[in-house]
Amino acid sequence: MSALSRDDVAHLAGLARIDLSDAELDRMSGELGVILDSVAKVQEVAAGDIEPMSHPLPLTNVTRPDVVRPSLGAAAALAGAPQQDQQRFSVPRILAED
Amino acid sequence: MNSDLTRSSAAELAHALGSGELSSVEIVQAHLDRIAAVDADVHSYLHVDGEGALAAARQVDERRAAGEDLHVLAGVPIAVKDVLATKGLPTTCGSKILEGWVPPYDATVVAKLRAAGMPILGKTNMDEFAMGSSTEHSAYGPTHNPWDLTRIPGGSGGGSAAVVAAYEAPLAIGTDTGGSIRQPASVTGTVGVKPTYGGVSRYGLVALASSLDQAGPCTRTVLDAALLHSVIGGHDPLDSTSIDAPVPAVVEAARRADVKGLRVGVIKELGGEGYQAGVRARFDESVALLQEAGAEVVEVSCPSFDYALAAYYLILPSEASSNLAKFDGMRYGARVLPPGIDDPSAEQVMAATRDAGFGDEVKRRIILGTYALSSGYYDAYYGQAQKVRRLIADDFATAFEKVDVLVSPTAPTTAFKLGDKLDDPMSMYLQDVATIPANLAGVPGMSLPSGLADEDGLPTGIQILAPATRDDRLYGVGAALERMLLDRWGAPLLTKAPELSAKGA
Repeated sequence: MSALSRDDVAHLAGLARIDLSDAELDRMSGELGVILDSVAKVQEVAAGDIEPMSHPLPLTNVTRPDVVRPSLGAAAALAGAPQQDQQRFSVPRILAED
Repeated sequence: MNSDLTRSSAAELAHALGSGELSSVEIVQAHLDRIAAVDADVHSYLHVDGEGALAAARQVDERRAAGEDLHVLAGVPIAVKDVLATKGLPTTCGSKILEGWVPPYDATVVAKLRAAGMPILGKTNMDEFAMGSSTEHSAYGPTHNPWDLTRIPGGSGGGSAAVVAAYEAPLAIGTDTGGSIRQPASVTGTVGVKPTYGGVSRYGLVALASSLDQAGPCTRTVLDAALLHSVIGGHDPLDSTSIDAPVPAVVEAARRADVKGLRVGVIKELGGEGYQAGVRARFDESVALLQEAGAEVVEVSCPSFDYALAAYYLILPSEASSNLAKFDGMRYGARVLPPGIDDPSAEQVMAATRDAGFGDEVKRRIILGTYALSSGYYDAYYGQAQKVRRLIADDFATAFEKVDVLVSPTAPTTAFKLGDKLDDPMSMYLQDVATIPANLAGVPGMSLPSGLADEDGLPTGIQILAPATRDDRLYGVGAALERMLLDRWGAPLLTKAPELSAKGA
């Protein structure tokens, strides 16, 4: 019922920005089908007027006074960067050339 | 006090430190020696920080000598799961994508350990980003169960359970999203506690599923867990979901160890079909002991628990797919360039990095979560799962009107063989069937050893669950049961584990 085609998985992998190989796509579409069939069990529960629960605690916004406090310096923040330039993260091009 | 001090409990070590019988340096060195002797076989540490731990130990010894008023656990060393940020120490989450990453800050849990004067021995192995029940999904190879090196130590926190089981640390920090503290405790014959959601800060805990994750103690005794719980618990303004209330009186409860008149509910839906005979037998004996000690035992039904696993494996991947989007090769972690492309775009670099950096289980769950959240499927999957979550929380609420605590076996089986479930994700997921409901509802849970299964001689665990913020009840019941079981066994369960040979030193 909830079978995922190889194309479906390729599309999802694209959305998730994971460049799956052909072998991974083949394997994963089968595995995900089995998992989806099993988790589809949630659909047996009457949808009715059950309030969805996203979190165990009643969430309220938490704010703090707007005061200056110590934070990471530029060197520490950049310490794990794959590439850096002029105290900034250096990243590959964002836009196409043309 | 045991002659081999790595066998001592944290409470005993704390006492010996307080009386001047031992120094922290001696204790840390003994554990480093033990690690050097056995960890080549167990592989529970991803990183050992001998120098840092000894330096912290020397410092606490000096402060003690100077007459400073120190925390009760000051000088007692600890291991930390590799999913918590440790300033200056590598933090990989068991993933290639974070290989070599050294965080510029400490998680609040780690900051509290340091403030208490507890030397950090190292970082423990785990399933990649805490996704798994066996540590076999670690990019750095599996941890081996100290009871039988051919078997899994549970997961995702198999490393944290194994270090305490193998006497490579008296204490460890684990994290539990669906059972990752409790199931490893169960299969290694140790104690593990998942506190109430919000009871321990998640700041600096690399998120798997933010509405489920909770850090907690991995120890050999209930009292040790309580002592550690009181170090790491409490309100943290850096975590907006942190509960603004004092830590429950867990140490007092553990010392009182009283169940007289306590109402104990056996969860009907957890413990029947699919549970190994030896697991059930040891569980039934533990329940009988609680009854002998004066607890009132009744059976309680939580009908929606049958849907918990399905709801969990939609909610968790959905949250994980969003949380793990930050691993994109831009600001930290690995950056992998796609082969054969000149001047690749950021998007192409992200996709290549995530393909090379993530393991199979992480990819599976990210794609599953992407699907469950995608337009057209959201209502049928993520939306339905959230409704099931509500029903599960309602089941707990109804049950806790009738009883003070709930009990079940922790895991359906004892430790299975490494490799047995690697090709069958659903059967791996079933390991968490009894532990997941607590995470969905946010209630606290403890696993403690209930004995050895007759059929394979491996440890079994009993799980205790309490209402949110009543973590103290876990410790009262756990300590009482531990004492009665200890009387029957004559010695801690772990003394029945085979000696690890000291090769690889």
